Amino acid sequence: MTLIKTHHNRRSFLKVSAAAGGGMMIGFSFLTRCTPANEKIGLAVPSEWFDLNGYIKIGNTGLVTIFSPNPEIGQNVMTSMPMVVAEELDVKWEHVVVEQGSLDEDAFKNPQFAGGSLSLKLGWDALRMAGAAGKRMLLEAAAKEWSVGVGDLEAADGMIKEKNGDRTVGYGEIASKAVGIEVPEEIELKEPKDYKIIGTFKKNVEGSKIVSGKPLFGLDFKRDGMKLAMIEHPPAFGMKVKDFNVDEIKAMDGVTDAFTIDTTFDESDLDPSWSWSTVNAFKNLVAIVGNSTWQLMKAKKALKVNYESITEPEDSDMHAKRLEDDLQNGAVIQERRDGDTDAAFASAAKVIERTYTSPFMAHNTLEPMNFFADVKENSVELVGPVQTPKALEDAASKMLGIPVENITVDMTRMGGGFGRRLYGHFGLEAAAISKAAGVPIKLIYSREDDMTQGTYRPPYRSTYKAGLDTNNNLIAFSAKGVGLPQGPVFPNRFPAGAVDNYTAVKLGSNTNISTGAWRAPDSHFTAGVEQAFIDEVAEAAGKDPIEFRLEMFERAKNNPVGEEYDYDADRYAGVLKLVREKSEWGKDTPGIHRGVAAYYCHSSYVAQVFDIVMDDGRPIVQKVWCAVDCGIVVNKEGAINIIQGGVIDGIGHAMYSELKFKNGAPVSNNFNTYQLIRHSQAPKEIEVFFVENEIAPTGLGEPGLPPAVGALANALYKATGKRYYHNPFSTADQQQFNLEVG
Amino acid sequence: MAQFNLKINGENKQVDVAPDTPMLWVLRDDLDMVGTKYGCGVAMCGACTIHLDGNAMRSCQLPVSAAEGKSITTIEGLSANGDHPVQKAWLDIDVPQCGYCQSGQIMNAAALLQRNSNPTDEEIESAMNGNICRCGTYTRIKEAIKVAAANSQS
Repeated sequence: MTLIKTHHNRRSFLKVSAAAGGGMMIGFSFLTRCTPANEKIGLAVPSEWFDLNGYIKIGNTGLVTIFSPNPEIGQNVMTSMPMVVAEELDVKWEHVVVEQGSLDEDAFKNPQFAGGSLSLKLGWDALRMAGAAGKRMLLEAAAKEWSVGVGDLEAADGMIKEKNGDRTVGYGEIASKAVGIEVPEEIELKEPKDYKIIGTFKKNVEGSKIVSGKPLFGLDFKRDGMKLAMIEHPPAFGMKVKDFNVDEIKAMDGVTDAFTIDTTFDESDLDPSWSWSTVNAFKNLVAIVGNSTWQLMKAKKALKVNYESITEPEDSDMHAKRLEDDLQNGAVIQERRDGDTDAAFASAAKVIERTYTSPFMAHNTLEPMNFFADVKENSVELVGPVQTPKALEDAASKMLGIPVENITVDMTRMGGGFGRRLYGHFGLEAAAISKAAGVPIKLIYSREDDMTQGTYRPPYRSTYKAGLDTNNNLIAFSAKGVGLPQGPVFPNRFPAGAVDNYTAVKLGSNTNISTGAWRAPDSHFTAGVEQAFIDEVAEAAGKDPIEFRLEMFERAKNNPVGEEYDYDADRYAGVLKLVREKSEWGKDTPGIHRGVAAYYCHSSYVAQVFDIVMDDGRPIVQKVWCAVDCGIVVNKEGAINIIQGGVIDGIGHAMYSELKFKNGAPVSNNFNTYQLIRHSQAPKEIEVFFVENEIAPTGLGEPGLPPAVGALANALYKATGKRYYHNPFSTADQQQFNLEVG
Repeated sequence: MAQFNLKINGENKQVDVAPDTPMLWVLRDDLDMVGTKYGCGVAMCGACTIHLDGNAMRSCQLPVSAAEGKSITTIEGLSANGDHPVQKAWLDIDVPQCGYCQSGQIMNAAALLQRNSNPTDEEIESAMNGNICRCGTYTRIKEAIKVAAANSQS
């Protein structure tokens, strides 16, 4: 038995749940059934619903509504988080409908954001507690009704039974009596061996709405009386809007208003850890309000804006030079030094040193930035796709001078996040436009606005160096890296602890281009270069690349060097051993070129083996094997899907994507000049295996991507005989990789 | 502004818009049919794919004036109950992650199967290459198209 402390008594839960239940997504509150609509669930639609707590409403027919607390960006938490609640509540999944919860962290007892692959990890206790508390309330109600003890009863699949009697009652029948019952301070949770829902394959709860084109996304949101709005930001970083041909624009068909907005405000009392919404190089913008998107797009084309220069415009050559200089002279942000690396390199029989680079990249969520705002004199309604709704609420409150209690933020499904929607400036812009126009508006970014706005994945430059002694033992290892503005080095990650003489230095630089978190921030680059470098070092040592890594993990585990390191060597080795077994590593198949990589980030471990075949000089990823340790896997279906997506995303951005700058302006502004991976470039097959254990679950939104970059580079080396040090790999060998898009 | 008579999902609709307005925005802004998605506006992502007289078409490139007199099908009208073989296969294989590109993928896949009921892997890749999935569900999309092809033939 696992006991968990309830964080609150039931009454406080009930109080806040009323607000959460009452303010649901207007226009979006249609129930999402957990089974496809065409399957009978055997329960009538309830005429009455009873709130048990912020997460659970039970209908009088036994149908259960579970509110999913966190934003859904495609990581599938809208299915997996309610699965955890349903498990502990002990109801049949077919009897559950899921709704997106509103922003109400007091009600959910859980931070409501999507980032850092943290939703399940941070929500694990709150979700189980909500389900278990709900079950306990129903049991208490039945016990009272029958004048027996709670211990005389058991509950499963939405039914309560007397252990030594014949009486049974459904959750729906007893729910009205459960309202108002307090839960004990400690409640019992299930053991993993008793799970019936967790660990199974469950389909996306919004699948049938997605495939039939129902309104789900921010861009689909509509409110009566709402106007549309678009913005124009400066064409280059280092510029600001001065004025524009406002009268001409206002006279255009379908344009109802035009003005400039400024989203600058005093950030001094904004919680710095929640200041996501203020990351944005373009605080003052031209805004055009009107009736239809096409009319606004035409008005944007007719804009004549005067800009003024505020900082020096940057370009790609300047960035390359700055990274080169600051890799030598940049300010040290973090470092670790074990042993004497310089002396060890001096005494080494072989020294290998390699430098790796990667350019700026855009997030390119397929749904461009957008947000609905209705700003009234002392109240604000915000609806849209944002990964950090709480941060947006706080920033909107400060910017508008309206108390947080008078602001609501509702989350729509998001057409991708990848870190881009952590930065909710577009919500503030929508609010500023609604306020200035005096009407509810939905702000829409064009693709070009979106791709040229900033908040990019920073460019990086890192140098790795390894020393082998005469017996090919790894005696020294150093990594140093710089980025705009910060280096992609994690000093306490692998191989910290595994090498006698080890140095890792994270260096700083600067840029006037706004950068931000991009799916597995820094890790996706670091994993690629570190794992490609280790492959090269293993080869120089004459060792099998998996054996070479396993020896390092043995060292880190049995005889660790220096202070604590931040990975579990057994779990790291575990995924490598699992992928070795599943891929039959070591088997030599003519025409198949194999590469391996493993990485730990965001609390999960992933190892991958890539098989590449060459087809008329073009590399084809034939198959990818993935071994994953994320603790308990809540939803196997969603978990496999997101790992597969991570692999494809990793390949795509390592191979094809880059954003260059000229005179402060991004050179690409749409998908005709910025390449994303396409169907024909994806692997033919991706198989995913999980390490089975009972460790509390950790997230998968990010960890599947980073090792793909390294495994790809290593398999490409086997296929082409060349090492790839610079992203995108395709430009390193354009002839060979013949990159036509059909 | 001018009046246009359109036939969408078997129903007659009348809109009053500028003749150069792309069907994408007519559907989304004027007819509240938001299943057809905006991704790029330059025919490079496929999120806005509809059927024009049965052929896949990027609605961001189709002015309303060119759509008159033709039969338009959108994701909302692909089937009455969301049970077109391609939609069913999408659910079976649990294709979507964020889901934003999937109406366009489904419309393009349905048009592909209409003209080629049993496409090879290469034919699927070639036909679907214009539809970007930023989440990377490509392997599942291909699997779902094969399932839909098999189910349509049995």
